[in-house]
Amino acid sequence: MEAHDHDHHPMLTDEVMPGYYEIMEIAVRELLIEKTLINPSEIRRQIEVLDSRTPALGAKVVARAWVDPGFRARLLANGRTACEELGISFYDDTQLIVLENTDKVHNLIVCTLCSCYPRSVLGLPPDWYKAKPYRARVVKEPRAVLEEFGTHIPDDVEICVSDSTAMIRYLVLPQRPAGTDDLSEEQLAALVTRDAMIGVVRVEI
Amino acid sequence: MSVADSAHASSGLRAVKALCEESDFKVGDRVRIAMRFPIGHYRVPTYVRGKQGVVKMILNPMAINNEEEGYGRNAGIKGRYYRVGILLSELWPGYTGPPQDQLVIEVFETWLERI
Repeated sequence: MEAHDHDHHPMLTDEVMPGYYEIMEIAVRELLIEKTLINPSEIRRQIEVLDSRTPALGAKVVARAWVDPGFRARLLANGRTACEELGISFYDDTQLIVLENTDKVHNLIVCTLCSCYPRSVLGLPPDWYKAKPYRARVVKEPRAVLEEFGTHIPDDVEICVSDSTAMIRYLVLPQRPAGTDDLSEEQLAALVTRDAMIGVVRVEI
Repeated sequence: MSVADSAHASSGLRAVKALCEESDFKVGDRVRIAMRFPIGHYRVPTYVRGKQGVVKMILNPMAINNEEEGYGRNAGIKGRYYRVGILLSELWPGYTGPPQDQLVIEVFETWLERI
C-alpha cells in the first residue's frame, strides 16, 4: 500500500496509517455519500449524539432512583422508559435492564463477545472494558478482578455477572452510601462514577 | 396468570393463544444450553455451551432470529431470548468462590433444552 497524505479525508486525524478496517469504513462511508444514501451532516450529527452521552447521564438516573422510590420502581421495571422520562433517548434502539445492587447481591456487567455497553446512558466504554483480560477473567474469577479494582465483596454477598452478548444493555444501580441523607440529588449524582455503574466499584463518599 | 387472564377465566371466556404466543420456558425452568458448534458467528459464547442453568427472565417481545438473519435466511422468523442464570461452579469446575455466585446471559430459545 502506498503511503499518502490524507488531505481528502478531513475527518481523519491520526498521524499513523489507518488499518484495514478503518480503510474499509472510510471506503464504505464515502461510497454511501457518493450514492447520496447518507450525507456528511448525518454522520456529523451521529457523532454529536455519541459525544453527548457521558456517565453524567447515568449518574443522574442513579441519583433520581435513590431519592424517588416511584422512579426507582419504574427504572427496575423498565430501564429504557424510565430513562426516557429524564430525556435520555435510546438512539440505538436497545432495551435497558437496570440491575440493583443490594446487601445480598452485587451485580457487574461485561460483554465477552465484543463490547456491548449502555452507551445511551454512559457514553463510550473505557478501554479496559473492551480489552480481553477483563472480558475473559470477569466471568471466571469475578472476585479476583473486583479486588484488583479495590472492591472487596464479602462471601455472603452473591456475585451476579451479566454477560451482555445479545439484545439488551445493562446498567448497575449501585447502593447509596451511608451518611448521604442530607445530600441533594445533584450532590448525590456527583458521587456516582462510571465504574460504579459497570459494577466494578461501589459508590463512596 | 395475569390479571386479565384470571378475569377471563372467572367470566368463562377464554381466548385461544396463537402458537408461540406464550413463551416455551417459564421463569424458574431448568434448562441446558445446547452443545453445538455451528460454523459462523453466534451470540452464545462457547464457554456456556452444554452448561445447565435456570430461566431468570423472559425477554419480550420476540426478536428476530439473528442466526438466520445473519445468513440471509430470516424470512421474518422470530423467537424469544431468555436471561439464563448459570452458577459459576457449573461453568468452571474448581471455582473456589461462594456457591451462589452466578453468571446471567441472554440465550435465544433455539439454544435451550429442557431438563
